[in-house]
Order: sequence, then structure tokens, then C-alpha cells
Amino acid sequence: MTTTAPAAPARTSGAPVTPQTGESEGTARLRRRRVAVVVGALLLLALACAASLAWGARDIAPGQVWRALVDPVAGDNDHLVVRDLRVPRTLVGLVGGAAFAAAGVLLQGVTRNPIADPGLLGINAGASLAVVVAIALGASSIGAYVWCAFAGAVLAALVVHLAASLSGDGPTPVTLALVGAAFSALATSAITVVLLTDQRTLGEFRSWQVGSLANRSLDLLPPVLPFVVLGVVLAVAAAPVLDALALGDDVAAALGVRVGRGRALVLLAVVLLCGSAVSLVGPIAFVGLVVPHLARMLVGAHDHRWLLGVSLLLGPSLLLAADVIGRLLAPPGEVEAGLVVAVLGAPVLLAIVRRGRVLA
Amino acid sequence: MNPQTPAPTRLRARGVHLGYGEHTVVDGVDLDVPTGRVTVIVGANGSGKSTLLRGLGRLMRPTRGSVELDGVDLYRRPPREVARVLGLLPQHPIAPEGITVAALVARGRHPHRGAFRRWDSTDADAVATALARTDLAELADRRVEELSGGQRQRVWVAMALAQEPELLLLDEPTTYLDLAHQVDLLDLLAELNAERGTTVVMVLHELALAARYADHLVVLHRGRVLRAGPPGEVLDAACLAEAFGLEARVLEDPVSGTPLVVPIGRRRVRIGSPY
Amino acid sequence: MSVVAIAPLRLPARVLRRTAVHAGLVAAVLAVGCLALMLGDYRLTVGQVLGALVGDPGPAHFVVVELRAPRWVLGVLVGLAFGVSGALFQTSLRNPLASPDVLGVSQGASAAAVATLLVGGASGWAMTAAAAGGGVLVGVLLYAVAWKQGTTGQRFVLSGIGVAYLAGSVVGYLLTRSDVRDAQAALTWMTGSLGQSSWQLVQVLGPVLLVLLPLAALLARGLDLLQLGDDRAASLGRRPEVVRGGAVLLGVLLASAATAAAGPVAFVAFAAAPIARRLLGDGTPGLAASGLVGVVLVTASDVVAQHLLPVDVPVGIVTGALGAPVLIWLLARRRTS
Repeated sequence: MTTTAPAAPARTSGAPVTPQTGESEGTARLRRRRVAVVVGALLLLALACAASLAWGARDIAPGQVWRALVDPVAGDNDHLVVRDLRVPRTLVGLVGGAAFAAAGVLLQGVTRNPIADPGLLGINAGASLAVVVAIALGASSIGAYVWCAFAGAVLAALVVHLAASLSGDGPTPVTLALVGAAFSALATSAITVVLLTDQRTLGEFRSWQVGSLANRSLDLLPPVLPFVVLGVVLAVAAAPVLDALALGDDVAAALGVRVGRGRALVLLAVVLLCGSAVSLVGPIAFVGLVVPHLARMLVGAHDHRWLLGVSLLLGPSLLLAADVIGRLLAPPGEVEAGLVVAVLGAPVLLAIVRRGRVLA
Repeated sequence: MNPQTPAPTRLRARGVHLGYGEHTVVDGVDLDVPTGRVTVIVGANGSGKSTLLRGLGRLMRPTRGSVELDGVDLYRRPPREVARVLGLLPQHPIAPEGITVAALVARGRHPHRGAFRRWDSTDADAVATALARTDLAELADRRVEELSGGQRQRVWVAMALAQEPELLLLDEPTTYLDLAHQVDLLDLLAELNAERGTTVVMVLHELALAARYADHLVVLHRGRVLRAGPPGEVLDAACLAEAFGLEARVLEDPVSGTPLVVPIGRRRVRIGSPY
Repeated sequence: MSVVAIAPLRLPARVLRRTAVHAGLVAAVLAVGCLALMLGDYRLTVGQVLGALVGDPGPAHFVVVELRAPRWVLGVLVGLAFGVSGALFQTSLRNPLASPDVLGVSQGASAAAVATLLVGGASGWAMTAAAAGGGVLVGVLLYAVAWKQGTTGQRFVLSGIGVAYLAGSVVGYLLTRSDVRDAQAALTWMTGSLGQSSWQLVQVLGPVLLVLLPLAALLARGLDLLQLGDDRAASLGRRPEVVRGGAVLLGVLLASAATAAAGPVAFVAFAAAPIARRLLGDGTPGLAASGLVGVVLVTASDVVAQHLLPVDVPVGIVTGALGAPVLIWLLARRRTS
């Protein structure tokens, strides 16, 4: 292994350097591909947003939609529909989809388990239980559900983390997953008891549970947005930690990562993101499962910053596309976005799986 | 490095106890790692070699005693700062599926990069040098799982080199390698030691190689240091009998002049030989 | 590096513990069975129950043999099927989160059964048949998607999740668009209940298990090797993709059969294997122990659901509430590695 010939290859200087070595040809190709993917995802997202504003049960011409946004006329019904119905649900879809997708990347990375979805930590179950209890006690507006769901999600994650910490190994990914599933079962039992004994609650809860963007007002966003932003910042900061954890706990520690603290940070971000998303749009965990897989196929599995970036764009695209399709399927009624997401996303997931390499 | 000058110590274990749960594996070890030298830890299976190395590398917290780097307890310094000085290659690292050689080696730069610091030419240089040193430049874009065992081991060593540590700890780096690749790898580490003055500490199984490459040999027995010193002084029949329960003759290695252990088994002992 | 490494059975302490665990579980099954036959509006003593079982005519005979026994036996069969099915999935796919719920079998069965109930207005045997069909259909779909010159655990699990979400959204669609009372009936079925137990149902499920369980036992050794990784299993003379394909097939069939009889009883298939493994503590798949844990979980939960709670609830509510703390407690007590 004498260092005879190969001098350091020429480096591409000046160009924006990727977090890879930024020198070999393969790496350069990968970078070009990643940039192309990001541009494509941006376009897709823009398209989804435009569709979400333009299409719905009520036929509104694109020109009218544009005028409604830039120069609204008070009392114009078309403008009212765009501004009060379509803009809010578009924004809520943007935030919810992005948060679910980012949470999915983090969870799959930290557990090294490609089937981890945001339901894993008992977050969905906790949020659902809180909403059920709230409905049973008389709450009946989405606005009230948001706080209950968020509180339920955070509480659930705390309980799961605490219980997992009691185990001999501490809160490792496997114990977290098992305890999370156990907690979910427990919460589901409680939910079922309520639903089987109280028809009114079942009537309300079933439509919340499938997940939807309908009837969301803009007032929902301001209280939730700070948590989402904090979650995304934490996620980006923790991305290199996830890269290192992928090499095993020992190597990560040898690289100077505080494994326990890094994991806790990631989980905190997951709770913030997931709790916010669940409270906004209901438990549409599938976004958080399928989008990271898609992103891995597109930009490679090994750089969590790219994964996060692409997922933040693809998540809302998927959720908004599902919402628009749901609106167009059966006007004047609509099919909830949460249902359409599964119908759209499952074939994508199956195709990725079928294609071969599943990267975790 | 002149072996005559007394070596200063940057990494030092003081009464270190290490264990898993109730079970103590390393039972009060004092060890001064000579700076700028190659230290090799040997011992029978279960003697605590790997555990001691994990303790020295901050992967395991001593239950009693302490490990100090430059006079400060390892656990009192930020891990990232420690990782810039002290690298460790554990026995069973995981290569994520599909990762390329270059990307894996680049991970070694982790301790040198802040959360939001961009990749710069220092990082790129370190990675390029590490790849060149380990003869991997040609394979940079290959997937790690496509490589042979020997190449894969070199990738991990390259990652540790990209970390540019002043002290490098390796846990049985020659496992799964054939003899030629073992010698190759150890030569690489010796060069690194000679050219950059990197302090190397490794756990090895093969006693002849350990004796040849070590400046400082540490023999562990049941979690304690049995002997420590230059291989020529440490490795003798009595030491082998106690540490390994092995009856053996110690000859002089005709190539290097270091001790060469010839075990006396039950088979093929030459007729007329005193054994 | 030899077979000895994975056959800790040679150590007497292990054998002792395995035997003790299995014996303890069987004893628990019998004790719960005794309780199940004794408790009810018409309380019986142990003597009366035994008498009824050996054929004493009298009022106790009808209560025990015609009313209580079929329910208990159905619980045993369902618990056994779910427990073994979960262990098959988790060990063959090498993923502690794999279970019929995760792989879509429960959702497929639910979608079919709920559709029968809500769209067709049928119940009882029609739902049973639909559920079995839905579960098996999911299995077929899984193979169609995931099988490609053999298959990896990952690919199976991910395909299953995709299918699970798809079927789940069908259920969601049906539930949100039906009358609330019908939705409640559907929810009861999806929680899992032994309410429709009868000797006829036992006579259908029993023979199915009689075929499937011995096949699972045949696979046990192969699964044991699969734990060591595909390469090692292959080097020891087992074709990993065949073992895995067979285990998943059996798991799907067992779960479908049990789901058809009682609905997707929550948490049993997921929790039985991890609980059994932690009781055994020797790193073997523990198919038999998983089955027994499943039996104890289902039958004990049914006793609780019927007799100890103020209102009569479906057994699936109690399995989750009872199984979850047990699993968490075991995790807290023991190292998982």
C-alpha cells in the first residue's frame, strides 16, 4: 500500500461544493443530478400550489384566481372562495406536508429502519386520543382540535421516550419503536372504547382521522408555525449527526458525535414537526413514509441535508396534489386528502420497492 | 523518532475500570501511551483488549478511574474537540448500503465541520490525501459493498485518516485480511507514524506482527496489565505462559530482530526435539 | 463460528428455562381456560366445569359445552394463529415492527369485511369469508410486488406497508361515508371480537390451523438460521429466499384465517413474539412460545372483557390495554440486545 502514483486529483474549484468530496467525476455527476432534482421538485411544488388555488368544486377562471390574489373585490364570490378557502388550505397543506416529510426523513434516519413513519413514536395515537377526548367533552371546531392534537402528540412522545429510557438499553431505536407501538395500542384501546360508546364522537372523529385540508382557516397557522420552523432548523442542524449515525453508534462516537444527545435532538425535531402536522391536517403519516423513500431514490441515501431539502419540497407537493384530486373527484363533495394520499403514494412506494434497491 | 528518548504522554489511563453492567472487564489499568510511537495491545481472548481500547477512545465511560488526554479527563472535553485529536476505528463499523468510497471517507471530516460550516478545500485535501495514501483514489466512486474485504478495511482506515487525528486507535484492523494485506496495512500505519508522527494504538492478535510493529507492547491478562515495554523485553516464555496459557519458544525474528513466538502444540513436534 | 453458536439449547440452564417458560405458559392457558368456563351469569365451580366436560348431563353441561367452550376454544385458536403469524413475520423479515397490521393483511381483511358490511349489508359468515379473501388477496399482491428472484425482508415489509395504507384508505372512505351506527358495527369488527363464536366456526378454523401450524413448525429450524443472515443460512444449507417466502406465506394465511374468525384482534400478532422472546431470552424465534403467549393474551383479555369490566367490550380493546404494559414492563426489565 505504498503511495506511489496517484496524486490528488484536480479539484473543481469555484463551483458550489457539495458536502461530498466535490472532486471525483462521480461526485460531480451526483451533484448535478441533485441540483436537477431540486429544480424539478420546486417546479412540481409551484405547479401543485397553482392547481390548489385554481381548481376546485367551483369553476373559477385562472384570470379570476389571479385577480383574487392581487386585487380582490369585496363581495365577489369567486374572490371569496379563492381567498378564504383555497389560500388557507394551500398554505396549511404546504406546512403540513413539509413537516410530515421532514419528520419522516429524521425518523427513518435515526431508527435506521425504512418502515419508520411518524406514527412510530405514538405521536399519531396520542394526538388522536386527545382529539377524541376533546370531542367527547364537547369541542367541535378544527381550531380547538389543533391544540388538543398538538398537546396529545407531545405528551405521547414524552411518555414513550420516558418509558423507553427505563429499559436496560436506554432509548435505542428498537426500544423506542416497540414502546411507541405499545403506547399506540394502549391509546387505540381507549379511543375505541369512547367511539363504541359515543356515536356523536365517532361521527366527528372519523372525518378528522382520515386527514384532510378542508375547512382549515388561516388562523390555524400562526400558533403552529414557530414549532414547524424550529423543527426544520433542528432537523437541518442534526443532518450531519444522522450521516454519522448511519455508520453505527461506535463510529459516530469516534467522530465526536454525542450519540445519545444527537438522537434526543432528532426526536425533539420529530415531535415538533409531527405534532404540528397532525394538529393541522390530521394523522396523514403516509406522507412521512413515502416521501423520504422517493427522495432517497432521487438524490441518494447518504446525505441527510439533501434528503431533507428534497423531502421538504416533495411532501407538500404530494399532499396538495392529493387534495386537489380529492376536490375534483366528486364535486361538490370531496374525498379527503388523507385518503387520496394513500392511493397516490402507495403505487409510488410499490414502484420504488419493485425497482430494487431500498436504501435505508 | 529516536527510541532512546523517553516518550512524553498525551493519552493516559489512570486506574481505569471498565465493564458491562455488573461484569468488570478491565480491572484497574494504568497506561501511559507514548506519544509518537506505535503501541500494540495484545492478550488472550476476553482479556479486555477491545474494552480497554474503547475506554481509551471515549466509547465507554470508566466505572472507576479516568482516561486523560493532554491532562484533561476525556469526558470533560467536548466530544467533537476530542475527535479532532483522537480517532478510533472500531471492530465492526457499518457501511450504509449503497454508499461510495469517497462519500464514506468524507464522513471522517465530521469533527472538523461545524453544523453550518461548508465543505472547503481543507476537507477536500484531507479526503484526497487519505484516499491516495490508502491507494483508493481509483476506487473513489465505487460502492463500498462491491469491494473486497481488504479494500473495505482500507476504506475504513482511510476514513480514520481523513479525520487527521494525532492519535489513532484501531481495534484489530487486520481481521479478515490475508497475510500480505495485513503487512500492507501495518506498513501503512507505520509510515503514518514515521512521517506524520501520528501516535498509533492498536489491538492485534498476531503476536509476530505485534512484536514487529510495536514500539511499545502492552500485554493484558484478565483485565490488568501484565507487562508493558519494548517487545524484546516483554515477550518471553514466562509472559506467554501466563497471558495465554501457551507453551512456546521465543526466537529472534530473522528479518527484524524482534521476538518471534513459536508455539509448541501437541502435533508435529520434531522427533528428538526436547518438546 | 459453528452451529453451536446458534444452538444454545445444549446448555442445561437454557433447556431448563425454555421448558419452564413453555410449561408456565401452558399452565396459564389452562388456568385462564378454567376461569373462562367458570365465570358468567351462571357461575360454576371447578368441579361442575370438569363434570360437564367429562359428560355429566345437567344444566352445567349446556352452559359449559354449548356456550362457553366454543368461545374459549375460538380464543385459543385465534391467539395461536396470531401469535405464530407475528413470530413468523418478525423473524423471517428480521424487522421487529413487522406484523399482520404492518404488512397490510389486517387492513386488507378489514377493507373486504367492512365493505361487505357497509355496502352489501351482510354480516356473519359473509364477513368471515370476505375477510379471509381480503387477507389472502393482500398476500398475493405482496408476492406479486415483492417477489423478484427471491426477495429481501425490506422489500416485503415496504410493499406490505404500501398495501396497508391503500387498504386502510378504503376502510377510511367507507367509514366516513356510512351511517354512524353501521360505522360502529364495522369498528367493533375491526377491533376484534369473539362475539360470533360457535362450534361451526371452530370446526372451520381448527382444521385450517391443523394444516398450517405443523408447516410452521417445519420452518422453525430454517428461521433460526435466517437470524444469522442470509449468507450464513445459505452456507448452512438453507435457501434463505425459500424459507422467507414460506414463512411470509404461512404468516399471511394464519393471520387471514384468524382475522376472518374474530377480526384483526389488536396488538396480539405484534406483541406475542417480542414478549415470548424476552421470556425465553435465548435469541431463538420461539414460534411455540409466541403462539402460547398469543393464546394467553387473547383468552385472558376475553375473560376481562366479558366479566371484569362494567360494560361488555370487544376483546381487541383489552388485548391492547393488557398487552402493552406487559411489553413495556418486559422491555424495562431486560436488555433487548
